[in-house]
Amino acid sequence: MNSYNYRDIFWNGFWRQNTGLAQLLGLCPILAVSTSVVNGVSLAIATIVVMAMSNAVVSALRNLIPYEIRIPVFILIIAALVTVLDLAMNAWLHELYMVLGIFVPLITTNCIVLARVEAYAAKNPALPSAVDGAAMGVGLMLVLAVLGGMRELIGTGQLFAGIEMIIPGAHAVQVLPADYPGFLFAILPPGAFIALACLIAGKSWLEARNKAAQTSTGAGCVPAAH
Amino acid sequence: MLNNSPYVRKPASVSRVMLKVLAALVPAIAVYVWQFGPAILIQLALASATALVCEAAMLKLRGKPLALYLSDLSAIVTAWLIALAFPPLAPWWLVVTGTAFAIVVAKHLYGGLGQNTFNPAMVAYCVMIVAFPSLMSQWPGDLSMQAAALAEHAQVFPDGPAMVLDAITSATPLDALRTGLRAAGATVSSVSADPASFGQVAGRGWEWIALAYLAGGLFLIQQRVITWHIPASFIAALSVIAGAFWLADSTHYASPLFHLAAGGSMLGAFFIFTDPVSACTTPRGKLIYAAAAALLVYLIRVFGAYPDGVAFATLLMNILVPLIDMKTQPPVFGHKN
Repeated sequence: MNSYNYRDIFWNGFWRQNTGLAQLLGLCPILAVSTSVVNGVSLAIATIVVMAMSNAVVSALRNLIPYEIRIPVFILIIAALVTVLDLAMNAWLHELYMVLGIFVPLITTNCIVLARVEAYAAKNPALPSAVDGAAMGVGLMLVLAVLGGMRELIGTGQLFAGIEMIIPGAHAVQVLPADYPGFLFAILPPGAFIALACLIAGKSWLEARNKAAQTSTGAGCVPAAH
Repeated sequence: MLNNSPYVRKPASVSRVMLKVLAALVPAIAVYVWQFGPAILIQLALASATALVCEAAMLKLRGKPLALYLSDLSAIVTAWLIALAFPPLAPWWLVVTGTAFAIVVAKHLYGGLGQNTFNPAMVAYCVMIVAFPSLMSQWPGDLSMQAAALAEHAQVFPDGPAMVLDAITSATPLDALRTGLRAAGATVSSVSADPASFGQVAGRGWEWIALAYLAGGLFLIQQRVITWHIPASFIAALSVIAGAFWLADSTHYASPLFHLAAGGSMLGAFFIFTDPVSACTTPRGKLIYAAAAALLVYLIRVFGAYPDGVAFATLLMNILVPLIDMKTQPPVFGHKN
């Protein structure tokens, strides 16, 4: 049980196998909801909760679930958890819920949730599974926050629009001059694709640079224990 | 008179080809200045400068030789096409942002000259019209109208230049026709009856610029920079499609001549659909490509919501180019199909 390196699990989900930048799973919500920082981060937080809980529950039940029908069972568990979250958000964060709309119930069908349940939680104990789910979710949040920030800043010149839905009394920050015309293209779907492509390119570039630095100093990279 | 082979052929360098394209655009630019004033020259300079700066920066980032690629003039051709496609009285940053997007994203991120799947100039147009639809739809009236509008404006609003642009700009004939036809009982002849804005065929000024594009395009065919396939197929297909609608209901659909002379038809037929990188390369493929593009142009400009369909048709057809090229490979000599 103690053989699990939680730091490694976290780093794996947060950066190495990042859902948005490396696995490219769950692109539909990533592209659709990242129109602003607040939208992106709110959906990411909801996804973190769902992923951590569904990974933990599936992992705890993994020896009881018949292998042949595991996918429907996984989906039912995920759907139940998402329904709880959906109703909770509708009750306590109603305005935000109206903005995120269909994407909260659609967390059920986000393939990254099922992918981690199937690939990790079905084979590992509950605690590492929960950490893995949460780490994947935090990785998703990183992408959604940066992507939402880029698109919001270029598209409207503001940051944190809609923050008052979560923190009453807070205001959006006008970063660019008020007469900035707003490059609507960044908010529209093609802007999401181009911005995400830039982020993926940025990650590849960082990793290529790190690799070059490591090989030039002669220190080999320690392979991940799996 | 033909001599016997062997022939000595001059190698067609990229810069020579691009220089001929630029030369072919000059008559249209001259007519543009004559009809709508010198604003277009500023846009051309802005676009060219932006294109060269962006091209140099991207070449440096990609570790390519600067002098070789900058002197091939392909960036300048892109810049000129953008300047000619954008409204001349648009704010300076519109053409600068569009050109930068064309060179950085549409050209170099796709791999540079020869690798770009999409026509960079048309990518710039589409991005800008999607992002700033109102600014991209304000075209100037002709010079006499501009002067009259400015004088009137000065009397009504002695201080405040804010509304000058609105006062001297108008929709393109294509736009005006489409919006005009929405009114109950309006017909093509009633909407386009005003020769001050609609001219003889397809908009005052525009028909002359279209003629200049036609002349430049014929020069390019004569110089063998482009082949006849794409322009001929585009013009024929657009005439047939527009003619069919016009014959069926001439009160609600403009004549083929209007569609050929209006908007970007001639610019597209000779300078945009013929882009050697993003267009089809097989002879049969070129015919199919241009005919399908003509259908898209007609559908978008008549039934769509944007001022013209040439840019969107170009990008949509660019996607199909690999498929069309693959299906229309000419048989190898000596083989039966």
